[in-house]
Amino acid sequence: MMQSRYLPLIATALIFVIAYALCYLQYPNILSTRVVGNLFTDNAFLGIAAVGMTFVIISGGIDLSIGSVIAFTGVFIAAMLANTSLHPLLVFGLALTISASFGAMMGGIIHYLQMPPFVVTLAGMFLARGMALVISTESIPVKHEFYTFIQESFYRLPGGGRITTIGALMLIVFIVGILLAHRTKFGANVFALGGGIQTSKLMGVPLASTTIGIYAISGFLAGLAGITFSLYTSAGYSLAAVGVELDAIAAVVIGGALLTGGSGFIAGTLIGVLIMGLIQTYIIFDGTLSSWWTKIVIGILLFVFIIMQKGFLLAASAPKK
Amino acid sequence: MQFKKLLIGSAILASTSLMATSAFALTVGFSQIGSESGWRAAETAVTLKEAKERGITLKFADAQQKQENQIKALRSFIAQGVDAILVAPVVATGWDSVLKEVQEAKIPLILLDRTIDAPDSLYLTAVTADFIHEGNIAGDWLVNAVGNKECKVVELQGTTGSAPAIERKKGFEQSIAKGANIKIIRSQTADFTRTKGKEVMESFLKAENGGKDICALYAHNDDMAVGAIQSIKEAGLKPGTDILVISIDAVPDIFTALEAGEANATVELTPNMAGPAFDALEAFLKDGTLPPKWIQSPSRLYTQADDAKAIYNQKKGLGY
Repeated sequence: MMQSRYLPLIATALIFVIAYALCYLQYPNILSTRVVGNLFTDNAFLGIAAVGMTFVIISGGIDLSIGSVIAFTGVFIAAMLANTSLHPLLVFGLALTISASFGAMMGGIIHYLQMPPFVVTLAGMFLARGMALVISTESIPVKHEFYTFIQESFYRLPGGGRITTIGALMLIVFIVGILLAHRTKFGANVFALGGGIQTSKLMGVPLASTTIGIYAISGFLAGLAGITFSLYTSAGYSLAAVGVELDAIAAVVIGGALLTGGSGFIAGTLIGVLIMGLIQTYIIFDGTLSSWWTKIVIGILLFVFIIMQKGFLLAASAPKK
Repeated sequence: MQFKKLLIGSAILASTSLMATSAFALTVGFSQIGSESGWRAAETAVTLKEAKERGITLKFADAQQKQENQIKALRSFIAQGVDAILVAPVVATGWDSVLKEVQEAKIPLILLDRTIDAPDSLYLTAVTADFIHEGNIAGDWLVNAVGNKECKVVELQGTTGSAPAIERKKGFEQSIAKGANIKIIRSQTADFTRTKGKEVMESFLKAENGGKDICALYAHNDDMAVGAIQSIKEAGLKPGTDILVISIDAVPDIFTALEAGEANATVELTPNMAGPAFDALEAFLKDGTLPPKWIQSPSRLYTQADDAKAIYNQKKGLGY
């Protein structure tokens, strides 16, 4: 039973290792610390947002507002830094408070008004993007020595690769996420909620606080992803990160989570994000393929995983008869 | 000690192998914005062609209009160890840190067709067109064409606030200011689109006595001119004769109009930004010649005197 629970995670990890090996055979440079460092740095914002998405999906919900919240946070930070003399860390704190409250508000609406998460977060998506556009339609540059300091502090790996601050931040978020999901009462409640609202009620799961907590975490992490994105590009742009929520969902599903809820792995999501990054890297290394192949390959992978999950479910239920 | 020797040895080996690759087969990474317009598709096609003719291996990455994809592409190019990088930046901001990384890896980087908000020490050079100069050429053509006659001009502007619209207007005004006989009597935006060009031209014609008072049309791009030509014909006038038509860009469709005598002149915004970029790059890699920080791409004037049909056929295949 334990074995079958971990099968999707093992399958994802295997696919990643095999894919990496295949890429390496064609382009030996892909197995360098530079590429590994890049995978973490370039996908930091996606990875951080995807951790939040994993909690939401395990609970049986969905959060479509992530990309817009990332853009809003970025524009908010850039505008604050351009127009006030507040320290970036203080502005980060403000941005995280706003995004977490925004998520909590959506969680509250979902729970108390019994609205489908799809609709509520869709509204949140438009709202956040609209607010970003109201602040500025132009890309606002961030010119602050603190940004330069963060961007220039990295750990240099042998071979020229870099573990940047934002890359490290993503890893920390994943570790905290894993502990929160698999080692705490809250995490157990999230899984229970995904197993079915009625059953979790019977189990004594505090539905209101869990639902609000899940969306607050997702909002908070989207805000953190927005900070990461702003550090990544040193700018705030209201049309940035369009569709990141869908990439995050894809990473979560490739990472072995069930879209119906109740099952999933934070660690799997990390591998999902890395697989997507690897595909992009391969396409750039090749240099002749259309970059839309990234989408095609991810689409195929998603199909494979959905079918595989169906297979695992059937296999798991068969011996019980 | 042993380690130091090894390090020096490998450094020499690495530098010689680097030189060997740069002398024979150059690998250049090209991060393109996307393929949002015909001109950009043509730019990509020309870049691929230029690279092929020079025996350069081009690694092409389409950023799908996203800066994060461009930054990723630049980092992957570094990891791959390309000899040089070309970038057509999607936005002006946010390039400093990745460009520093490129510089640390000692890879020359050239900007194509747009500039950025970053110290120019971070890139080798930028190849862009001069929009004011384009407007100058268009204006000069008209000054020569009308001589001393009175000439009332209507102007179709590009998207309000965009750099090409502001600068193409300015350049044209500079040129016609030389004499007092040419005046812009109406000027309105038509968003660089064909349909808006047609609509706005219709309203110009109605407002100006059915178009009898208008001597010339200046459009900030060919698409608007093509739309306007349509409405001039619908008003019962002959575009190219009754109303002179001058525009900018030199897309294939305007050559059909030139051939039919319905347009008079167009100034080319060349899709060949890569040619001058590769020239500068090859000179730099050969003996370290530093190019100027800005290379102006040539802006050529095409009129009815040119072989419009041949140019149309030549441009048609570029993906405009």
